[in-house]
Amino acid sequence: MHTNLLKWPLLLSVVVALCFSTAAYAQLTTYQLQDWLNSPAASSHVGDITGNAKAAALPYRRFCVGCHGELGDGNGENAVWFLTPLYAQPRNFQLAIFKCRSTPTGTLPTDQDLYDTIGRGMDRSNMPAWIPLSKQERADLVAWIKHYSPRWQTEKAGTPIQIPPEPEITPERVKAGQDVFARMQCFKCHGVQGKANGPSASTLTDDLSQPIAPFNFTDGSRPKCGSTDVDIYRIFMTGLDGTPMPSFADNIKPDEAWDLVFYLRSLQPHNAYNEKERQIANQLGLKPVNPNPAQ
Amino acid sequence: MKRQDNSKLAAVSVCLLLCLVVAGLSLSLTNWEVSAAPEGKITGTVKLDGTAPHMKGIDMSKDPWCVKQHANDPAHLELVVVGKDNGLGNVVLYISEGLSGDALNAKPTAVPVFDQKNCLYTPHVLAMDVGQEFKVETSDQTAHNIHPEPNPLTGNIPWNQSQPPGAPPVTKSWKAVEMIHVKCNIHPWMSGYFAVVKGPYAITGEDGSYTIENVPPGSYTVTAWQETYGNQTAKVTVAGGQSAKADFTFKAK
Repeated sequence: MHTNLLKWPLLLSVVVALCFSTAAYAQLTTYQLQDWLNSPAASSHVGDITGNAKAAALPYRRFCVGCHGELGDGNGENAVWFLTPLYAQPRNFQLAIFKCRSTPTGTLPTDQDLYDTIGRGMDRSNMPAWIPLSKQERADLVAWIKHYSPRWQTEKAGTPIQIPPEPEITPERVKAGQDVFARMQCFKCHGVQGKANGPSASTLTDDLSQPIAPFNFTDGSRPKCGSTDVDIYRIFMTGLDGTPMPSFADNIKPDEAWDLVFYLRSLQPHNAYNEKERQIANQLGLKPVNPNPAQ
Repeated sequence: MKRQDNSKLAAVSVCLLLCLVVAGLSLSLTNWEVSAAPEGKITGTVKLDGTAPHMKGIDMSKDPWCVKQHANDPAHLELVVVGKDNGLGNVVLYISEGLSGDALNAKPTAVPVFDQKNCLYTPHVLAMDVGQEFKVETSDQTAHNIHPEPNPLTGNIPWNQSQPPGAPPVTKSWKAVEMIHVKCNIHPWMSGYFAVVKGPYAITGEDGSYTIENVPPGSYTVTAWQETYGNQTAKVTVAGGQSAKADFTFKAK
């Protein structure tokens, strides 16, 4: 009788243990983590800074764990308060799918890409720009987050796309950029005026099936992966993995890509970068593209 | 001195010759073995037990071009495709246990094509081998984005590429066995699968029939996968040059 009663808690504890072991399937054990921390893989290279994962164990706990979680799965204590589509969910480092990359779609980002994201933060999300952290600390964190996904052990970062130097802006280029916008049918999501109100905008979801909004060029938002001309070029050529935004690298030639950057700039309200673009678009009297030319 | 050297050379060359002969004999022997036990195949039919569920019509009003293509041919979801005599279409059949060596690892050279046509995927399910190249094309005069959603922890990494009208085909392959859902974010009704398996495979036509070719003699487990009903398995034994039979029935839900 006594032994029979004892059986149940035992069985229960086995079941509980099994549950935990599957929940943490992508995680390294404490021993594996120690091994990894002492290996050359536990580092990052950003310019002439070498990041060291070991040094980031405490900063991660202090600054990142609240949202990204103990397991790096984006399920920190605060994650439940992130309401989509206004606020994206914290990144799940176990999957190692990142929006902001200089590398082709479907590849891992470079250390520099991750470092830039930490320093830049994400507009329209709860991810702040971590400029108060030193460059060394940010590089250390880049190294640290790599232990959350087995992908960093089996894959190399992609080869960054080649971006030719920015050409001189001309009215012809702004006009040609609008043609690219029409041909690629960017308006399907972003709308003919870049107001994020295209016919497909309302049903967009990210890879976790959460609703997500296309970028609105007209309301003064900053693009999530950077505001400079090169950043915008990179965004549509590499795509934002994990979101509906695809890569256009196969369909837009490098020279045309700069034309598109100039046109997109002209859609934005006046900011630090687009004085000339707006002037030219005004002079040209550009009208929004026709979404149904064949009709 | 010189003579001895010569005799050594002769001995070595005789040895080499013997080796060649032995190697040649063993090669022809293995060839002979293969031809003595020619590959067989597995055939059968997949049926639906019960009434086919109603497939909802698709509202394509987001994109007038898509609507126009279906003016006389309304589009329906393809979650369950039932043909003559309750044959079940788009079922992927593959050998899930029992294959080894070349039969398991040989990569087919054919390049299957996944077309975006009239704002739907043709075929709705594209079966392929691990590592086999496939092509994604577009026949449409409207922009698509081709966005497969595998689980990155399997080794298959998701990607997302635009395919505006006239876009060149995209050639890709997958690293691991997985039934990968494919979608287009621009047209949310577009839904298909890349069925990635290892070894010989087949997919049923609308009549539910299939044939898995190039199966070496042996005992196997055949798995049938259907996107709504999931997996079923059957044991078969294939004799050399013969055709083994494995029929499947999925219960309508």
